[in-house]
Parts: sequence; C-alpha cells; structure tokens
Amino acid sequence: MNLESKIPEGPLSEKWTNHKFNVKLVNPANKRKYDIIVVGTGLAGASAAASLAELGYNVKSFCFQDSPRRAHSIAAQGGINAAKNYQNDGDSVFRLFYDTIKGGDYRSREANVYRLAQVSVNIIDQCVAQGVPFAREYGGLLANRSFGGAQVSRTFYARGQTGQQLLLGAYSALSRQIANGKVELFPRTEMLDLVMVDGKAKGIVARNLVTGKIESHSAHAVVLATGGYGNVFYLSTNAMGSNVTAAWRAHKKGALMANPCYTQIHPTCIPVSGDHQSKLTLMSESLRNDGRVWVPATKELAEKIRKKEIHPNDLSEDERDYYLERKYPAFGNLVPRDVASRNAKYVCDEGRGVNETGKAVYLDFRDAIKRDGEDTIASKYGNLFDMYKQITGENPYAQPMKIYPAVHYTMGGLWVDYNLKTNIDGLYATGESNFSDHGANRLGASALMQGLADGYFVIPYTIGNYLAGEKYEKVDTDHEAFKAAEKEVKDNIDKLLSIKGSKSVDHYHKELGKIMWDYCGMSRTGEGLKKAKELIKDLKVDFWKNVKVLGSNEEFNSSLEKASRVSDFLELGELMVDDALHREESCGGHFREEHQTPEGEAKRNDEDFAYVAAWEYTGPEKPETLHKEQLIFENVKLTQRSYK
Amino acid sequence: MKFKLKIWRQKNNQDKGGFKTYDLDGVSSDMSFLEMIDVLNEQLIDKDEDPVHFDHDCREGICGMCSMYINGEPHGPLRGVTTCQLHMRSFSDGETITIEPWRAKAFPVIKDLAVDRSAFDRVIQAGGYISVNTGGTPDANEIPIPKTVADEAFDSATCIGCGACVAACKNASAMLFVSAKISQLSMLPQGQVERDERAEKMVAQMDAEGFGACTNTGACSAECPKGIDLSNIARMNREYLGAKLSSGK
Repeated sequence: MNLESKIPEGPLSEKWTNHKFNVKLVNPANKRKYDIIVVGTGLAGASAAASLAELGYNVKSFCFQDSPRRAHSIAAQGGINAAKNYQNDGDSVFRLFYDTIKGGDYRSREANVYRLAQVSVNIIDQCVAQGVPFAREYGGLLANRSFGGAQVSRTFYARGQTGQQLLLGAYSALSRQIANGKVELFPRTEMLDLVMVDGKAKGIVARNLVTGKIESHSAHAVVLATGGYGNVFYLSTNAMGSNVTAAWRAHKKGALMANPCYTQIHPTCIPVSGDHQSKLTLMSESLRNDGRVWVPATKELAEKIRKKEIHPNDLSEDERDYYLERKYPAFGNLVPRDVASRNAKYVCDEGRGVNETGKAVYLDFRDAIKRDGEDTIASKYGNLFDMYKQITGENPYAQPMKIYPAVHYTMGGLWVDYNLKTNIDGLYATGESNFSDHGANRLGASALMQGLADGYFVIPYTIGNYLAGEKYEKVDTDHEAFKAAEKEVKDNIDKLLSIKGSKSVDHYHKELGKIMWDYCGMSRTGEGLKKAKELIKDLKVDFWKNVKVLGSNEEFNSSLEKASRVSDFLELGELMVDDALHREESCGGHFREEHQTPEGEAKRNDEDFAYVAAWEYTGPEKPETLHKEQLIFENVKLTQRSYK
Repeated sequence: MKFKLKIWRQKNNQDKGGFKTYDLDGVSSDMSFLEMIDVLNEQLIDKDEDPVHFDHDCREGICGMCSMYINGEPHGPLRGVTTCQLHMRSFSDGETITIEPWRAKAFPVIKDLAVDRSAFDRVIQAGGYISVNTGGTPDANEIPIPKTVADEAFDSATCIGCGACVAACKNASAMLFVSAKISQLSMLPQGQVERDERAEKMVAQMDAEGFGACTNTGACSAECPKGIDLSNIARMNREYLGAKLSSGK
C-alpha cells in the first residue's frame, strides 16, 4: 500500500491557497444531489455538518448523546489558539506553525500544521459572528492570554468554559441547518459499521440506542468526527460515553490507524480517590502559572503525611522538594505537559506521593496568595478552586491542592491525507479522530482549533474534490453490502447477549484500563509492553467467554452499549501496545525508558522513526501490517526539546 | 455509609413505572452521586437485575446530560452543582434518598431516570442562532463589544440545557432555558438583525412543545446548576412584547 499524503506542490505558505484553487468544485445546483453522513457532533462534527449543509449538500448527522450539544468538546476549559497577533507580541502564522510542530516533537506533517495555523484566524472571526461570548478587554476588543508555556498571548477564551461556548456556537449553526431541512439529526444513535461498495465508503449501519433498531444509512461520503479513544484507559478526563467504536469499525473495514500509541497525559487532574472512581476531572493547566508543584523531600515525611500524622502546611522549606523548579530552572512549573506528568510519576514511584493511594503531588498556592492576596488568586482561579473543593472536600486556599496526571487526549487516530480523507475513498476523519496535526504531543488550546479548522474550513473544500467525480445515484440500502454489514452488526450483538457470563462489562473495562495505564501509560518499556500484550490477549479471551450483558437488543440497554464499546477497546489496546513496542524511541507523549538522555529526557530517533506509523487490519487475531509515511521537514530544523 | 434508595423504575415509555427500594452499603463519602448509582448497578447486574438507566456523560458538570430529581430537587440538595458533581458527603449516613426522573409533559420518560429532552433542541432550532454561514465574516475585532455587555451575555450563555429549570417548576415551564438564549443573543450586536423574529419564533416553539407558563416563583433559577438569573425571563418578556408590537400581530 502506498500512503499518499497528497501534499500540494509549492512553498509552504502557498500550498493551501493553491490547493483550494486546484480542487474540483461541485456546481451549486448539483450539491443537493449529494448526501453526506457526519458521525459525531462535537466541534469537528457539528462545524462540518453545518458548513456542508450551508453549501447545499444533504447531511445526516449522528450522535450517541441525547442532543448534539452534549458532545465532549463541551468540557474543554482553557481556550483556543489563533495566530491573530492582536497583542502585537510577535505572533504569526509561521510562529504558531513552528510551535505546533516543535511541541509535537517533530512527528506531524508540515503542510497540515501550516494550514491549521493559517485558518486559525478565520475560526475566531466565525465564532464571534455566531455570537460566541469570548473574553474582552474594557475597550471592547478581544482578550488573549498566554497558555501552556507559549511565548506569545494567542489564546482566546471564554472564562474556563471555552469549549462549551464554541460548541454551542457550532450547535447553533447546526440547529439552523436542521431547521432549514438541510441536516437530518439522529440523536441517541450509534454508528456500528461502515458500509463499503466497490472499495468506497457508501454509508453506515447504526443502532438506535432507545429502541435497539439496526438501521442502514446510505450516502455519497462519510465523515467521522468521533473524537479520541482515551477511555481505553478506563479512567480518563473523557466523557463516560467517549469511545473508539466508529473509528475502530472503519479500521476493520480497511481504514488505517495511525500512531495509536501517542497519548497525552495531562499533569493537573484531581487524583483517584478509590476503586469506585468512574472518571477523572481536569484542572486547567493555567493553575501552574501560580501554583508550585512539590512533594516531601523524603519518603519518611511522605509516609507521615499519608498517615495524616503531619499536615503539609507544617513542612519547612527544606522538607519540601519543588522538583520541577529544581530540575528545570528555566521553565520551572511551566514545563510541557508530558514532562510535568512524567516527573509526578517518578516522585510517586519513589514513595513520595501524598494521598492515601500514594499517587498525588501537591500544587501549592500558599506563596501566590502571600504575594498577590487571596482575592487576586480567587479572581483568576475561583471557579477551579470551587470545583476542587466540591470534588475533594478540601479547601485549596488553606492547604495545597493534590494533583496527579490523567489521560486526556489521543494524538493518534485514523490516517488521513492532506484532504482529511482516509485511505478509503469517500471516508473522511476530522478532529481528534484523525491523527494529523499534533504529532506526538498536543499543545494546550490546540484541540479546539483543530476541530473547528477541520470542520469549518478544510472539509467543505476538500470533500467537493471527491464528490465532483462521483455519480449522483445513491446506493440503495437494500444492496447486499448494507445487508451484510447489518447482519454482522446483529450477529455481534447477539453474541454479546448470548454469553451470559458472570462478570460485568465494567469489570473488563477496568482491567483493561489498569493494564494500559501500567504498561502503556506515561512511561513504557519493551518488557512491560510485551507483558501487556499477553495480559490483553488473555483478558479478551475471558471477555468473550465470561462477560455478562443483561437484557435484549430491542430496548434502551446501557450494558449492551458499553459491552460493544469495550470489545473494541480491547482490540485497540492491543494495537496501541504493538505501536508503542515498535517505536524504539521516545517522542512527546510516547516515552520509552530505554530511550532517554542522560538527564532522563525523551530521546528521539529521527534517523529511524521520523515517520507516521499507519496500521492495517488484516483479520481477527492476526498481527496488523505496518505502513510508513515518511515525514519530510523542509521548513523547520529538528532539534531536541530542552526545558532546562 | 449506608443508604436506602427509593428509585423510579420504568421499563419504557409505555410502562406505568413505580418506585423500587434498594439498600446500599459500603458507600464512600468521596463518591459522586452517579458513582454511587454505578455501585448499585454493579450489584444489580450481579443479581441478574436490570441496572438503573440514567443519562450522564461528561461527569464534570458541563454537558448537561445528567438529570436526576433527588429528594424533591433537581440535581439534589446542593446549590450550583449538577448531579454528577454532587458527592455523598452531602448526605447523612442511613438516609433514605428518593430519586426520580425530570417530570414534565414535554420531557417524556424513556426509561427509568432518562427522559427525552429533544424539545429543547427544537426550541433552539426555531431561532436560537445568528444566521451566518461559514466564511465571509468580518475580522473579529471589527465588532467591539463593551466588556460589561459581553460579560452579561456570557452569564446567559452558560446555560447547559439540562432541564432542571423545567423539572423545578410546578408548571414545567421552560422560560428560564429559552430566555437565557434569547437574552444572550439580544444583548450582542451580532444578534440585533434577527432579534424580533427570534423572540417570536422561540416562544412559539416553546409553547408548541407543551411547556407550561411561568409561575413567577423563581424555583427555576434557584435550582439552576449554573445560576442563570431570573432577569433573563424579564428580558425575554420585553423582547417578545417588543417584537409583537413592532410586527403588529
């Protein structure tokens, strides 16, 4: 298989402009003759569905939630980057491009990232026109902040609810097209298979989650905007329903899965409190601007803290180890996410963790409150402090917060070319569900940017290029390909229901999560990954023998929904381990202990691994085939990241 | 901690439904309310009983999907939080907790505690947007908006569409939800062009969905997890009246 990235010719800054001119167009009067399915209604899905409908295409929009407005983009807190340079502080399209490539540890495509930076400015214009209430200065113009250690202030925000406001903007645009009759909405409906006819994506099979009805939907193209797969770890900051099923089923139909091992672990989350934990809550990265991260200097002190024999406030300065400030004097507490996360793990592995489970470090605002006063700190972080208090029952104004890293975002995803088309004709992937823009590590405030860039400004151009060559006639859902896919979906459901084993779906999901977290999480070793592979294999066998799914298909059945998703996570987990095992280097979110510098930092191997690893499904229980897309850097020089 | 849970069980839309009581032991005070239900469900599955169905997704108080009526209050006893952010330390050991779905004609029960809130989506579809297509918009800073106006619009925009306002209201009125969107857009310069039409259409759709009239008791705002202010309703009434007067209908 030849992976053609389809990157346009010409200088970096002119590629997208040239490409837009060169793509084939669909005549305005003919657009209504094409149907497009968009799965997912988060930023990438809702923006794509609305924009495509505005152009005149007939769109069918699917989400598993009860309303498109619930998609998990809604939970993004921090902000959205754009190279507007409103602050006159030296930002530019090239700088945003450069920061994103470097932040991604040189594992993303130059051309895609440059386009992302280019269209970032249009996103802000679009959102403001929709009535998104971004933060403003007293003069009435938009406010910006610096985010995630960026050297310029390019992040637009809406208090700590930027994702919510952007999603409601996209949802309003989508709602308008529903009212216009250009979008047909299918809420509480989950895609369970991709339908291919003559090698092209021609529709999907979906299950109505309320009635259990299995339905086929035919279209000229399918866009997957189905988010990330962080829930393979069971505990993550993802929503409970976030899953890989749509993308995975497309993968099993031939779509390549790229860089699945690239996972982002966010350093500032509220620690796990017990076995009952169902999800983890993120605390905005901005807290690290004022909070100081530390653990007790010795194991013995940490032990006493865990036993509640001493209080953290009573520890003297030399009994505290501000380990980030000590190890990284230049960046201190503001080192990138992967570095901060890994170091928290190290100090806890040394036995210096500070909560009952030993898996927490302090984020202390004592000095900031002393310096700026409690009111100033409250005005900056008040809502986060309240949320922390609500969840933990502890007051962060009076004692240090406890934090620990948690799975937050997955950079890997379906392989797509420059047009966001997968290797299957007619199948596109946008937003977090594709792999394209963040390399091995995503910068803060860039997920929202990418989701909306793909949906508002990329796919509306690129999909026309494909549709212009397609016939108007739609494949009938009576076609044998649809019938076969329906049968496969039904058989799979019947199989899950017929096992009638003894262990709940959550049991398997938790077990899988533990394996993934222990061996394929923040820090990985060849040995550990090999062990994980065996453990997952065994777990998968046990799942198909002993899982207990009550009830029937013909009803609202949450156990069945979960079982189907977990069965896909089990398969994905194995591929993630394979991918992590084969990548004999450390880069971004992928840290192999065998590959580190003498100072313990990630050591890339550009000679052998500057490529995208795209995996091809070859059949049940068969190893997947690796395809490589070499990454070519013509505009940036590859350097080792250093935050000392 | 130990609890007696009185939970509304209803197999589907056709079923009459009724309360069922469960004893639950070994609950940690650090559990969220939904995690407590998770524990109950694991025990029910173990006994081959159908788990309690409920809507939930983000579990961090922003998606608006969770919707439980706990001890006679939407989202339970704490102010300013959704059910998923409510923790068991807010209850006392040995307490009986009654859990029901949202009760409103416009929100039919789907199963157990899950209800159909698509009426809200249809109200937004009636006009809860600014009609701009993608592309061709002016530079974002060409529309200066006074900070105070932007902040006030933001306060209205924080509505999560959970429906607690409807559940709290004796008349199952959706006025707080609808008015929050109308207010947000009517305050912003971008929303002026369609201002009258929007108010008329959204109110008409709200009525068509079968939501009741405002009781003026303010229960909606008191129970709103995001603290949406009652003044939004006053603004909506003004917008609606203004629209009616200018259209002469």
